[in-house]
Amino acid sequence: MTEALLALWDGAFGSSYAIWSATLVRSAPLLWLGLGVALAFRAGVLNIGAEGQFLMGAIGATAVAQVVGRSVPGLVMIPLMALVGGVAGAGWAGIAAWLRQRFGVLEVISTIMLNFIALATIGWMVRGPLQEPTRIYPQSAEIPWSAQWPFLIPGQRLHLGFVLGLLACAIAWVVLTRTATGFRIRAVGASPSAATSAGQIDVGRTVMRVFLVSGACAGLAGAAEVGGVTWALYEGISPGYGYTAIAVALLARLHPGWIVVSAIFFGALEAGASAMQRDAGVPSVVVQVIVAVIILGVLAGSQRRTRVDALRVRAGSGR
Amino acid sequence: MTQRAATEPMGADPRDHEALALEGITVRFGPVTALDGAHCTIRRGTVHAILGENGAGKTTLMRAAFGWLMPDAGTIRLHGAPVTFRTSAEAIAQGIGMVHQHFMLIPAMTVTENIALGGRGRFDAGTTAARITAVADGAGLPVDPVARVRDLAVSAQQRVEIVKALVRDARILILDEPTAVLTPDQATELLRWVRTFADAGGTVVLITHKLREAFAVADDLTVLRQGRTVLSAARALVTEAHLIEALTGAGVGPGGAGGPVPYHPMPTARVADAPEVDDPAPVLRLDGVRYVDPRGVTRLRAVDLAVYPGEILGVIGVEGSGPRELLRILAGRLTPTTGRVTRPDAVGFVPEDRLHDAVIPSFSLTENLVLADGGEARGWMDWSTWRTITRDLLATADVRAAGPDVPMATLSGGNQQRFVVGRERRRAAAALIVEHPTRGLDLTASARILADLRALGGNPRPAVVFHSADLDEVLAVATRVVACFEGRVREVSPPSDPTDRTPYTRAMTGSVETTAVSSGGTR
Repeated sequence: MTEALLALWDGAFGSSYAIWSATLVRSAPLLWLGLGVALAFRAGVLNIGAEGQFLMGAIGATAVAQVVGRSVPGLVMIPLMALVGGVAGAGWAGIAAWLRQRFGVLEVISTIMLNFIALATIGWMVRGPLQEPTRIYPQSAEIPWSAQWPFLIPGQRLHLGFVLGLLACAIAWVVLTRTATGFRIRAVGASPSAATSAGQIDVGRTVMRVFLVSGACAGLAGAAEVGGVTWALYEGISPGYGYTAIAVALLARLHPGWIVVSAIFFGALEAGASAMQRDAGVPSVVVQVIVAVIILGVLAGSQRRTRVDALRVRAGSGR
Repeated sequence: MTQRAATEPMGADPRDHEALALEGITVRFGPVTALDGAHCTIRRGTVHAILGENGAGKTTLMRAAFGWLMPDAGTIRLHGAPVTFRTSAEAIAQGIGMVHQHFMLIPAMTVTENIALGGRGRFDAGTTAARITAVADGAGLPVDPVARVRDLAVSAQQRVEIVKALVRDARILILDEPTAVLTPDQATELLRWVRTFADAGGTVVLITHKLREAFAVADDLTVLRQGRTVLSAARALVTEAHLIEALTGAGVGPGGAGGPVPYHPMPTARVADAPEVDDPAPVLRLDGVRYVDPRGVTRLRAVDLAVYPGEILGVIGVEGSGPRELLRILAGRLTPTTGRVTRPDAVGFVPEDRLHDAVIPSFSLTENLVLADGGEARGWMDWSTWRTITRDLLATADVRAAGPDVPMATLSGGNQQRFVVGRERRRAAAALIVEHPTRGLDLTASARILADLRALGGNPRPAVVFHSADLDEVLAVATRVVACFEGRVREVSPPSDPTDRTPYTRAMTGSVETTAVSSGGTR
């Protein structure tokens, strides 16, 4: 038991390599994905399709890197990958957003189904249009040098995507708390009926936009993963980051600032889990159990809090 | 327990047999007494109308008879024998059926499935459908057993509800406000069916607030007021004047406890004076407004209305007759199907459901203030300015709160409502639409809100449109009163005796002519 926990700790924070090349590298996609999920949840959109939007972003970024990467410098290539990845993720989320708006399809169902379609699409891509030239392995060729995102620290694998993720969280925090748009998002999420009736806010439009931004965040995470970590596209590119992101968002109580802490925590768990399996022989699935317990704990805690608040309110109004 | 002698059938006429008798029924919901010893006796083969204003206890009484709720005291006799229904299933088994005002059907299921729901044993769609068709055709209520309920018009859904009761061999049918959702033609048809059903030996209890309906179809009438039976008699023995007296309690001796609040019109130009040439322009104006709701029910027909600065227009009318839609159209929250609306850019709106539609309980007071501008706000939010504005509002509207940053949920209902009224006034000085402002508030808080509305100042003074289910409230606040009935809006001229509520009740129940509403000379 102690041995396993020590291995987990060592794998996550035990060395500078563990921190800068394992934990934080795994935190990078979780920052973007957790932020996307949190923004959607804030507006009352239960987007649990971050996984699919991530994969579509990865496909988009790989494709654009393969097509134009050899003829364009990195200064243009990297923003272009981010843009294409973001648009691909937003487009994938847009399908679910449109279904919700037009037919009232629950996004919980549509987004999770789109995850499977995205997974199947990536399978086809790496055996078809994007397969490496020898046509032996189900993966893409390595993306050109100009499309590989810069590392931040010499000798460590931490890449640009992590810093951009931190920036995105900061921007989201400012938008949510300081701007009219952010206020509308929070109002729509807290009470669509009051937003409509008292605020005359266009709930449908707000929901649509947040849904697309949420998808764009996930798509960008996919682009950053291809550009910063894998340099190629293959089916197992995400070890379920899109699902972990829901835990990241919930643990952070949907607050962009806490997303940073929460993403690093889950990144550490991911990094530590592999080390634990390798060094202590404890299956990394145990970490998933921990994750599940955390989610349940957070949900139970928030339930209790709302109930306590409700009691307090009732007592207060009785005065 | 001593009803042995009372239940012996007297003559050969089946109408002398008692089908359902309710005695001394008392129902309490917490501190509220909904029914206070109400009684009525329903004879077999008759149509029995239960009348009363909103909240008089009509539906509660019949729910007790249907086993939907257990009375705290009282006896129920079915065909002379005392019964206790613990659940509505037991009442159904004894041949009682109830069609609720809000239908109990599952939209995604077929008619057959809906009717079979709650049944026992094997379900065979074919035989059930055949039985439904047989019963429905026999009763003269055509339904399509394979249709999905969500595809059916409201009138057809109502037929399904009735057939559902008949399939279970209901001989006593309780219909709760059945015509509220129907067009006049459909209502006439339904009432005709009700008459036929009773003539064939069935028994119908008709809960209604429409005097005309009761007179048209009922054999017996029972009137409830504030949870008590104030009148129960054969229709032939009752005049309309009797009935209105019983409904409102006006002019009644000991029975009229509580009494009506005297109505003193506030001295404004609009009440008595004929329209003058130097009239100010109306703030709000409707011309030929018609509104058909998404379900296809016409809620408002050809409404002309003008509201002037400084007046408080009281809107009366029972649920479903149009006040809700009228107010929402004036507030700009609903777009009329046809017709023209003239209104200022900003109209303050105090909706009925405060916690759901007016405020966000988890948000701070400042955020709730900003919410009213939520649709228009752009760019950066200057929270410190908003906080100052909120602090000012708390002072001017006399809202008791620890500060602008506490959550709305920590305020009492009365303080929340004063906050909402103050917020809407701040944003829209010219016009304010107020819907059921005292709902959920205690007596003191209610009185405060009503007094605040009467005292609204400003220059020019705002035009206020006010609707409440409580007639006394409307009369206490309004300078002019219009009544909604079946989607038409008519002005009620104030009676010479300020304590006389008869003209208002008449206008709401459609029992007598009232003057068509004037748009104040500007047509």
